Amino acid sequence: MWSRLVWLGLRAPLGVRQGFTSKADPQGSGRITAEVIEHLERLALVDFGSREAVARLEKAIAFADRLRAVDTDGVEPMESVLEDRRLYLRSDNVVEGNCADELLQNSHRVVEEYFVAPPGNISLPKLDEKEPFLHS
Amino acid sequence: MHFRNYASQGASRHSEAESPDQDSGVTMAAPMLRWGCRGRRWAFARVDGGSCHRRGAPTGSTSNRIRGQSSVAQQPLHTAQKPRKGEHKWAAVVGLEIHAQISSNSKLFSGSQVRFSAPPNSLVSFFDASLPGTLPVLNRRCVEAAVMTGLALNCHINKKSLFDRKHYFYADLPAGYQITQQRLPIAVNGSLIYGVCAGKKQSQVIPKMVRIKQIQLEQDSGKSLHDDLRSQTLIDLNRAGVGLLEVVLEPDMSCGEEAATAVRELQLILQALGTSQANMAEGQLRVDANISVHHPGEPLGVRTEVKNLNSIRFLAKAIDYEIQRQINELENGGEILNETRSFHQKLGCTMSMRDKEGKQDYRFMPEPNLPPLVLYDATSLPAGADPQQVINIDQIRETLPELPSVTREKLVQQYGMLLEHSFTLLNEVGLLEFFQNVIKETRAEPKKVTSWVLNTFLGYLKQQNLAVSESPVTPSALAELLDLLDSRTISSSAAKQVFKELWKREGKTPGQIVSEKQLELMQDQGALEQLCHSVMEAHPQVVMDVKKGNPRAVNKLIGLVRKATQSRADPVMIKEILEKKMSL
Repeated sequence: MWSRLVWLGLRAPLGVRQGFTSKADPQGSGRITAEVIEHLERLALVDFGSREAVARLEKAIAFADRLRAVDTDGVEPMESVLEDRRLYLRSDNVVEGNCADELLQNSHRVVEEYFVAPPGNISLPKLDEKEPFLHS
Repeated sequence: MHFRNYASQGASRHSEAESPDQDSGVTMAAPMLRWGCRGRRWAFARVDGGSCHRRGAPTGSTSNRIRGQSSVAQQPLHTAQKPRKGEHKWAAVVGLEIHAQISSNSKLFSGSQVRFSAPPNSLVSFFDASLPGTLPVLNRRCVEAAVMTGLALNCHINKKSLFDRKHYFYADLPAGYQITQQRLPIAVNGSLIYGVCAGKKQSQVIPKMVRIKQIQLEQDSGKSLHDDLRSQTLIDLNRAGVGLLEVVLEPDMSCGEEAATAVRELQLILQALGTSQANMAEGQLRVDANISVHHPGEPLGVRTEVKNLNSIRFLAKAIDYEIQRQINELENGGEILNETRSFHQKLGCTMSMRDKEGKQDYRFMPEPNLPPLVLYDATSLPAGADPQQVINIDQIRETLPELPSVTREKLVQQYGMLLEHSFTLLNEVGLLEFFQNVIKETRAEPKKVTSWVLNTFLGYLKQQNLAVSESPVTPSALAELLDLLDSRTISSSAAKQVFKELWKREGKTPGQIVSEKQLELMQDQGALEQLCHSVMEAHPQVVMDVKKGNPRAVNKLIGLVRKATQSRADPVMIKEILEKKMSL
C-alpha cells in the first residue's frame, strides 16, 4: 500500500505530501479553500500556480480518501513498515567527516568554508497581495 | 493500515519557533496556544513585587534589581508593592524546555565527530549535510545517555520509543526537518528535586520538586552567522546532527530563582552522570522558558516563550523581568500575546521576536528510515542476543554514578556539616574537589575545614570574582595552615593573617610566612603567667571591674595582655590564666 501511495505522490508533480487527508475535506465536498492552499504553500514552499494544480490536488486527496473504505476497527495501527525490524545500534566511534572541500563544492556560494544562505527568513507575500486566481 | 493523524498537534506541548541557535536569528512563528491547564502545581508561590522568596527587605523586588542594572529597561513599580484591598495577587507559572548536548564522540545518527570548536564544516558527514541517499544510523552511546538521564530523573523508561520528523525551513537545517521523538519519547513522567535557599540569612534549604514531562532524543541544527551588512547568512554544519536530550519541565515553577535553581541541579546531575557537560556558555545546555501570569484560582494566562538565555544568572533575570512585564501589561489594561521573546543581556529585558508569518505547523510524520527503538530489562532480555545490539535498562540502573543529592547526604553524614553547606560545596565549580583535597591532607577537624573553605576561602574568591581553579591558595597550602592552627602553633587571628599573605601569590608556604612574621604563639606558660600578673598589677581598676561582674572588662584585660605579647598569645589561654588568677 505504501508503494502505491508513493507512486501517487510522484504522479502529482507538485511534491504534495501524502497523508494529508481529512483537513481539507471535513464535509466530503472535495473542495479546498484558498486558506488551505496558502497554508500548504507556506509549509512546503511549493507554488500552486494554477487552478488545474489545485484540481489535481483535490483529485489526489479524493483518491487517498478511498482508504476510508477499509474497516480498521480493532486493528492495531502499525508504526511503520519497518516496525518488525531491529534498529541497528552503532558504536560511538568517529568514522566520518573531514570532507569540507567536497561538501562546499555543492554550494552555489561559499565564504571562507561557510555555506552562504539568504538572510534569515524571507517573508512570503500574503494572500491578498498575491495574484488572486482562486477568487476569480 | 490507517494513518496516524498528526492534526492534533495540541498534544505537543510547545513548538520550537526556530532552530536552537545561539545567536538570535529571525524566528518563524509564534508558538502554539495550548498550555495545558493543571489543577495542582507543586511549587506555588505568590508573586509579590516579583520576588517569590523573602530576601530580607520586603521592598526588595525584582524590578528594583533589574533597574539597578540598566537604564533602559525601566518598569513602573507601583503595581507590585502593596496590593489594594480587594485586588488579587498575581501568580506566575514557569515551564522550561532544556536542550542538553549529549557528551559523545560522534553524532546521533552519523559517525562525524562532536567537538566544540573546529574549522567550519570539517565535522560534517554526507548525512549531516543531508545529501541524497544517506540514512540515519543510531548511536548507541546516545541511547544509553538518554536512559541514564531518565533513570536519574525518576522517569518511566519507554521500552519502545519512536522517531519522527519535524519539518521547518531554515538554512542551518539542511534536510528541512529535524529527527526527534514527538509521539513516543524515550522517557516520561519523572521528577527533579532541587533546593531553594530561603530564610533570613539564606541559610535554610527548602526542597522543591518539578515534574519532568518527558525526555527525548533529537538532532541539533547547524549554526547560522548572520551577516546583515552583506545581507547573507553563513552556515556551519559542524553542530548539525549532534545528539541532544530535550528535557521538558512542567510549569511547576513560579519565579526566576526556582527555575535557575532547578536548571543548576539538572546541570549537576548531567555532569555527575557524564551524559552532558552541560556548560551553558559553550552552548551545551540551552534553556527556553515558558512564562505566564494569572490570579490564583483563575485559569492560566497566555504564555510567552523566552529564548536566548545563556547563563543561569540571566535565566533568572529574564524570567523575573518577563513576569513583571506581563503583570504590568495586564494591570495597565493591556493583553499578553502568545509570542516568542528574546532576552537582551545588556538591556536586561525581553523583546518580541515576532514574525509576521503566523503559526508554525511542523507536519510531524514518522521517520520512515528508523524502526522503533526497543529497550530491554533483565527479564525481557532476549537469549543469545549480541550485547552490542541490545540495551538493558536494569544494567544501566545498576551502574549509575553517584547523584548530587546522594553526594550531599554523604557530606552531611560524614563531616557533620549543615545541608546548606553541602549545597554550596556542590554549587561552586571545583569547590568540592578542593574541599576533599584539604580534608585528605590535614589533621584538622572536618568542621574546621568546612568553615575555612566556605567562609574564608570562598569569601576571598567571591570578592575577587575568581573561580576555584584560579585560586592562589592550593589545597595543600590550606591544609598546612590548618595543621598549624590545629597544633596551636598559631592563633586563629594569626591564621587569618597568614591566609591573607598566601593569597598574595608570593610562593611562600604557611610555615615560611609564620616564621617570617613571627606569628608563633607563645609556648612558655610561665612567661605568659608573668605577663598576666604584671598587666593585672598595672591596671587595678580594670581588675576591680571584672570582679564587680562587668563582662566587658575581661575582654579589656585580655586585650591588654595580648598587646603586651604582641599578639603572640592565644586569647583563650590568656582568659584561662586571668580567670584562674582572679579565682573567678
